[in-house]
Amino acid sequence: MRLRKIISGPAFRAWFPLVLLLVLAGCSSRDYPQSTLDPKTDFTHMIDHIFMTTVKWAVVVFVLVEGALVFAIFKFRGKPTDPEPVQTHGNTMVEIVWTIIPAVILALIAVPTIRGIFETSEVPTDAIRVEVIGHQWWWEFRYPDQKVVTANELHVPSGKKIALFMTTADVLHSFWMPQLAAKRDVFPRRATTLWFTAPEPGNFTGQCAEFCGIQHGRMGFRVFVDPPEEFDAWVADQQVGSPLVNAGVVGPDSSRPADSAAAQARAAHDSLMAAGNALFLSGGCIGCHAMVGTPMAGQMGVMGPNLSHVGSRTTIVANLLQNTPENVARWLRDPQAVKVGALMKLPRKLTEDEIKTLVAYLEAHK
Amino acid sequence: MATTVLDHAETHAHAKTGLWSWITTVDHKRIGILYGATAFLFFLIGGLEALLLRIQLGSPNNTFLSPETYNQLFTMHGTTMIFLAVMPISAMYFNFMIPLQIGARDVAFPRLNAFSYWVFLAGGLFINISFLFHAAPNAGWFGYANLTTKPYSPGPNVDFWVIGLQTLGIASLAAAVNFFVTIINLRGPGMKLMRMPMFVWMSFITQILLLLAFPVITVALIMLMFDRVFHTMFFTVAGGGDPQLWQHLFWVFGHPEVYILILPAFGIVSEILPVFSRKPLFGYAAMVFSGAFIAFLGFGVWAHHMFATGMGPIADSFFAISTMLIAVPTGVKIFNWIGTIWGGSIQLKTPMYFALAFIAMFIMGGLSGVMHASPPADLQQTDTYFVVAHFHYVLFGGSIFALTAGAYYWFPKMFGKMLSEKLGKVHFWLMLIGFNLTFMPMHFVGLNGMPRRVYTYPAGLGFELLNRLETIGAFILAISMLVFVYNLWRSLRNPVPAPADPWNGATLEWSIPSPPQEFNFAEIPTVHSRDPLWETKRARGGPLPEPALASGKDIHMPNPSFWPLVTAIGVITTLTGFLVGFPYVNLVGAAILLTGIFSWAFEPAG
Repeated sequence: MRLRKIISGPAFRAWFPLVLLLVLAGCSSRDYPQSTLDPKTDFTHMIDHIFMTTVKWAVVVFVLVEGALVFAIFKFRGKPTDPEPVQTHGNTMVEIVWTIIPAVILALIAVPTIRGIFETSEVPTDAIRVEVIGHQWWWEFRYPDQKVVTANELHVPSGKKIALFMTTADVLHSFWMPQLAAKRDVFPRRATTLWFTAPEPGNFTGQCAEFCGIQHGRMGFRVFVDPPEEFDAWVADQQVGSPLVNAGVVGPDSSRPADSAAAQARAAHDSLMAAGNALFLSGGCIGCHAMVGTPMAGQMGVMGPNLSHVGSRTTIVANLLQNTPENVARWLRDPQAVKVGALMKLPRKLTEDEIKTLVAYLEAHK
Repeated sequence: MATTVLDHAETHAHAKTGLWSWITTVDHKRIGILYGATAFLFFLIGGLEALLLRIQLGSPNNTFLSPETYNQLFTMHGTTMIFLAVMPISAMYFNFMIPLQIGARDVAFPRLNAFSYWVFLAGGLFINISFLFHAAPNAGWFGYANLTTKPYSPGPNVDFWVIGLQTLGIASLAAAVNFFVTIINLRGPGMKLMRMPMFVWMSFITQILLLLAFPVITVALIMLMFDRVFHTMFFTVAGGGDPQLWQHLFWVFGHPEVYILILPAFGIVSEILPVFSRKPLFGYAAMVFSGAFIAFLGFGVWAHHMFATGMGPIADSFFAISTMLIAVPTGVKIFNWIGTIWGGSIQLKTPMYFALAFIAMFIMGGLSGVMHASPPADLQQTDTYFVVAHFHYVLFGGSIFALTAGAYYWFPKMFGKMLSEKLGKVHFWLMLIGFNLTFMPMHFVGLNGMPRRVYTYPAGLGFELLNRLETIGAFILAISMLVFVYNLWRSLRNPVPAPADPWNGATLEWSIPSPPQEFNFAEIPTVHSRDPLWETKRARGGPLPEPALASGKDIHMPNPSFWPLVTAIGVITTLTGFLVGFPYVNLVGAAILLTGIFSWAFEPAG
């Protein structure tokens, strides 16, 4: 009888989904690949520790206070015919105690909090620097020391300190990597910072967390934590044609094919490059995108992402689509159908042949 | 000349029914009902908007709503619920109950009161009319610059928002002045400050918050309007401005605004708990001072909305500590409410169900609030669904549950009719279950990496199940609202007459007939204690007889007037000029406004 009463009580109804969902949330982290509860770096572990301290206290307070409430509801339930209860107006001693206890608990939370504030805002000076620039609705990454410019896919080496200096090219955004470094908002002409060291290689996702217009929901990115030697190889590849290296101008390729089959392949490749290059210019792509082998190769600060190594990325359109020839074709056919409101507007409709050529040209730029 | 004016006024003083009597009314009770009816309609619209949002988010990569429509709807959901639902529903209670609880015949400025209502209605309609042009505000209820500046929001959407909010601010400020003066000056004999009912106290503090917070948003909106209309550069970096300035101004208003939404709820619950526990409020003085302390601290915590903006460790530390500090007086309130029912004789009527659930839900909202009072933790939680869960536990689990408790508690007094207890309990259980099913999973989906304000999400991030549950919960909530609407409709159609004092109340409003007569009190009562009606009943040794209707022939009440409405039309017309871009509209509006003000000033008040 008593149990039935409790189950039908308001607090049990509030509790039940909580318990149920705690069980759900406790499922393996693979089910939640973007979870803040699955920290992977020194930075996010520190945050997690502070959060869990607060959660522990919150659970204690929750159980005690909700328990007292529910107990009182059942214990002191009366009938209209019952005599009037004792008319108490207060109790100074009790009131002082229940003012002090929460204050003490809060102080216990405040101490690690303040330490955490200072730790999170101290950017290591010996870190690999990456400049993050938010755009409506994609992310640009610049490595001033490695001299690399790329978009939507951030590569960092494992086991090394990374420092991010973040701004925006247009409206405010917020760069959020839940497992690696939480988030900071980005502002025009004022850099905010984040830092982290990821001990293990891995592949992570993140997305914009500050409302930034129509496609705020589709402003994702990927982070690849590579083993250091893979990262170095990636940097070496990306440096070819980078706007930060020799203004994007690549010297003549002096390598000679060893046999005739290779020479044939080379010739086919060259003609594809020439055709694609011509379309890149005449189709209007050049108006917004830096691209190796074009007059815009060295341009920084243009509207769209640098495409010099677009073929090496695993995704396109701010982590919306896998980087496959079909998806690139779909995007080139009608960007507004894929992502309405995106700032990519084709100057003219491309024919299917042109799309085919452009796709091959872009995908060849590994 | 003078006689005609008097005749005119007298004719309308006797027109107590019909549309004209409502248009010209200056009776605080009628204005309260107007506020309540209008706000409830806006509440249903805001709820419908939320339902559409939840359908869109019910499955990943959904295309039920376009991104643009989604953004308009989430902006309008927030704007509507805050400015057009919760605030004016509180205003309904201020209007109806403050004069009754302090023993007054009306508010201090009855015509200003009518003006507040008409300006509120104009602002609410103005901002919603934008839907007809598919140009509803689409930059969030917080309207962050520089997204809201002209280069990034060239359409009229943000103009509707700026002008609508500015209009609503005028209504709020005028009302706040009115209630502030009413509470200071019109308390009946013996009604000392420390004898005022807790609802009056919390309302009083709310008016102070309104008076101090709304000028800030007014200034910010003027700056934004100037940026958009006259090409100033307050929020444009290239012109020497700073978009972060908007955030500071907005949240210096926006955080006290949270307390504007919750303090009246605290007041309502502090009325209901003692009555249905048959025991006075525990720690009255502590309740008053904790409310005042919360309001004071409320002006020193605004930047906790900005922990991710990189303000630096000193500012972060300051605002973290001030935010945590605010949990102390809030905790005192919760403990005092539990202390009130402790040892009482709890009568589980519908208002008490909602009031008790308010405490249970508000505790959870408070605890999740402490979690992101810590800036490092907030770096993960801000702008995620965790925060959406948190503030719905505060504003829905808190404010809406308490306002609903107030509706069941005061409906008999306002309309002289009882609501069905049975339907009330069905309403309650559906609302409690629907509420928790909607908002509890948001904690987890947020911690698992789902940001706010996204029109969709990809599959495979583990968001599907929790979002589906939330959508189901939202439909249960919608059903609970239908039950409530049916209960209201049923009571108004087939009335069960309410006695003057159906709940064994402690405060003055229960000493007069239900509904009250125009002049409230045939004779202004003298107050000797905090629970005057309980004291009278105790002295008598039982319930009081049903009070007789008084003739009220010699009681002088203010004349009705339509000039407040004309003045309100002047206000909205003047501001509309900035939307349409024709200065003539501004001039016509200014002419109407001046005509309204002058005619109002020279019209005999009665």
